[in-house]
This record gives sequence, C-alpha cells and structure tokens, in this order.
Amino acid sequence: MKSHISTTINGDSVEFLCEPSQTLLQVLRNDLGMTGTKEGCGSGDCGACSVIFDGELVCACLVLGVEAQGAAIETVEGVAAHDQLHVIQEKFLEHAALQCGICTPGLIVSTKALLEENPSPTEAEARYFLAGNLCRCTGYDKIIKAVMDAAATMRQGA
Amino acid sequence: MVALTYHAPDSLEEAVQLLSTARQPVKLLSGGTDLIIQMQGLIQDERLVVDVKKIPGMRAADWMEDHLRLGPSMSCAQFTKRQDIQAVFPGLVEAAYLIGSTQVQGRASIGGNLCNASPAADTIPALIVNRAACLIQGLNGTRRVNVEDFLTGVGQQCLASDELLVAIEVPNPAARTRDAYLRFIPRTEMDIAVAGAAVSVTLDDTGVCTNARVAIGAVAPTAILVPSAADALIGTKLEDDALLAAAAASSQAANPISDRRGTVEFRRHVVGVLTKRAAKIAANRVGAL
Repeated sequence: MKSHISTTINGDSVEFLCEPSQTLLQVLRNDLGMTGTKEGCGSGDCGACSVIFDGELVCACLVLGVEAQGAAIETVEGVAAHDQLHVIQEKFLEHAALQCGICTPGLIVSTKALLEENPSPTEAEARYFLAGNLCRCTGYDKIIKAVMDAAATMRQGA
Repeated sequence: MVALTYHAPDSLEEAVQLLSTARQPVKLLSGGTDLIIQMQGLIQDERLVVDVKKIPGMRAADWMEDHLRLGPSMSCAQFTKRQDIQAVFPGLVEAAYLIGSTQVQGRASIGGNLCNASPAADTIPALIVNRAACLIQGLNGTRRVNVEDFLTGVGQQCLASDELLVAIEVPNPAARTRDAYLRFIPRTEMDIAVAGAAVSVTLDDTGVCTNARVAIGAVAPTAILVPSAADALIGTKLEDDALLAAAAASSQAANPISDRRGTVEFRRHVVGVLTKRAAKIAANRVGAL
C-alpha cells in the first residue's frame, strides 16, 4: 500500500505517494523527476546519490522514501541559486574536475556539506570527508583542487 | 526489494504493541545502512519494518548520574561530534568514527551496529570494555543485558520478537581509566575489520594497572571479552613482557575463520598485536589526564 509523504526538498514543500520498499533515491529520480541525484551502486558504496537529509550527508539509496516524512532534504538541484551557479560548481568547471559526470552531483553536494561543517579543511581532511564519493575517471586530483579552491573563495566571500 | 509494511511509532508502548502483534517477520529500522541492503535480496518475502527513530530518546545521548545513556539510533556522525563523550570514551568514539564513509556515518548508529551483530562490528568491542549494557523493552517490561551477553552468534542477538533495544548504558569510568580501539584493514579507510581490539585500563598514581578489560572483534562468531588478556595487564606497569602476555592471551582466545580478508593464522597474530598497541594507547590517555 502506498504511503502519503509530506517533506521539504530544497526549501519547497513536496508531497508524494510511495511504496515502503522504495528508496529515497528511487522516489527522487523516478517519481519526482529529480534526476540530478545519480544512481551508481545502489548499496551505499559510491556516493553518487549523496543528499543532505535533516542536516546530515547521506546516500539516498540507503534511506527509505517513507522516512522522508517531515524531513528537510537538499539535493544537487538546490545548490545553484536559479541560473547563478554555486562557487563549488564554478570551481568544478574551472578545474575540469569531472569527465563522465556521474559522480559530480554527489561530489558537489558532499563538498557543500564539507564546507558548511569545516570552511577551512586541509587537503587530507577534504580527502577523508569525500572518501565515500567514488570517481572512476579523474583520479581525484582535479576534484580536490576544485574543492580547495572553492573553500578558499568561499572564505574570502564570507 | 521485499514487500514491506512500514510503521514509525512515536512511543515505546506503540512500538512494543506493533512488535507483539505482528503477523509477518519484523525488522527494526534504525539507520538502515545494513538493513536496506539486506532487504534488497529478499524479493518474495514480506516484512514489517518498525522504524524506531521517532521514539523519544532514541537519537539522544545524555549523561545520567552514573552513566551515559546512549540512544541506540543516534547517528555516528552526531555521536562522533560529541566532544563531551570523546573526552570520556575516546576509544568508543574512534570505533564509531571508523564505520563507513561520511554518508554512511550520517545514518549508521551504534544500536544498529550492535543489533546487526556482525562479528566485525567496530563499536562492539569498545562497548564491551566500557561495561556497556543494553536496556531492552518488551511486552512484559524491561531488562538489562551486558553487551558481551547480548550477542549470541553471527548476526544474532538475544532480542525476543516483542523486544527492542531502547538504550545503551555506558557506566562512568573509574578515575584514571581510559579506553582505545584499533582494527586492522587492508587499506586506510572504509573497510571491514579483519581483526579488532579494544582495551580499557585503570592506572594508579604510580602507573600500575589496577583494572583492565580487553575485548576482541572479527576473530570469533561474536566479539568476545578476554579476561585472561586483562589479567596479564593488571598489577603491571604495562612493561613489554606484560603487553606480550596480553597479546598472547588475545591470540589464544581468538577463534577466527579464514576468508578472503585474512587467514586464521594472520588474524590470530594481528589481534594480539592490536591488543598490545591498544593497551599502550589507553595507558597513554590515562597518563595525559
């Protein structure tokens, strides 16, 4: 039987019906059409589906859709302010910190969570925090350069 | 995934009622980082999922008069940020910090780690050396079970079908007592323990160990308390021969399997080395008080 869920996604009130067996990732992508959040492994290993759920960075594939009742969720679609890219997104472009792009939305969301918690991470801290976001293309160096540059830019702006 | 019925009771009474009247097999949902993956394989079955996170106190950690009352569903991310807890139980916090990625830590909980009862669960040896007990609620009231007695086998614990874990109680340590946890994994991050060891030591003013607890993980069907390793430390100043004796006792107590992550011989050896090193770290922590 489907459950009726009321939640908040990127600041907007959202209601949806879902089966209790659906993950939040399936609800986002298949029912709400929010395909920015990617499915990589579906088992919590790759971080492609990273979203911020009640203030915690989580894998949407490890959350049931029904658990979203009353929650506040941030996805990659909420990172940019309308057509103005977030600094993190600009820096990923500037440093060419992506190739195929499947890991990128998860990395953008995770980087946002990192910099909200720790605006001045060391490179080692950034690498540890982002260790749950796998990228099979870049070798990570460009990603880390983008993250460190975004952190520095955001500190200047703050 | 399996056909699910989902309930998120907002009281303990309602939860126990649901558990005791369920017609289908029940799964308790805490962070879900193990459960959701386990359920993906079960296509034909039915499960009643009881999400315990909305029950008051399940996600809190509060200092009571003589113990820390830890809500079983508090996320590892929240738990490891608590500097007041880290100051008292650094080994337990470091064990929680080793579980999974940032994303997994955002959901995974110590109560879930305990009830999932993996032999390799990182927080269980650390709970055992800290004399933690499980507060369990069922239809006929509450009972307390020490963590080392809570576990009954690989993936199994002693919760009856009408019971749930409502708190983990960790007694305040004696004066000049600290813990440490170490594990071996083949890489630097995000892996499952091949062997793990937690040690808690109490030292007197002259550095003599007056009390100790040693527990080892991933080397038997459940994490186990090793009194013989603790006995090897008590009465010593943790000199090399005492540490070697404790290491030998842990190796002796281990009853590991060989699998792709490690052989019996390797696990036996490494769990001893980890015991020795964790004892030293715990002692240094007492020294720094």
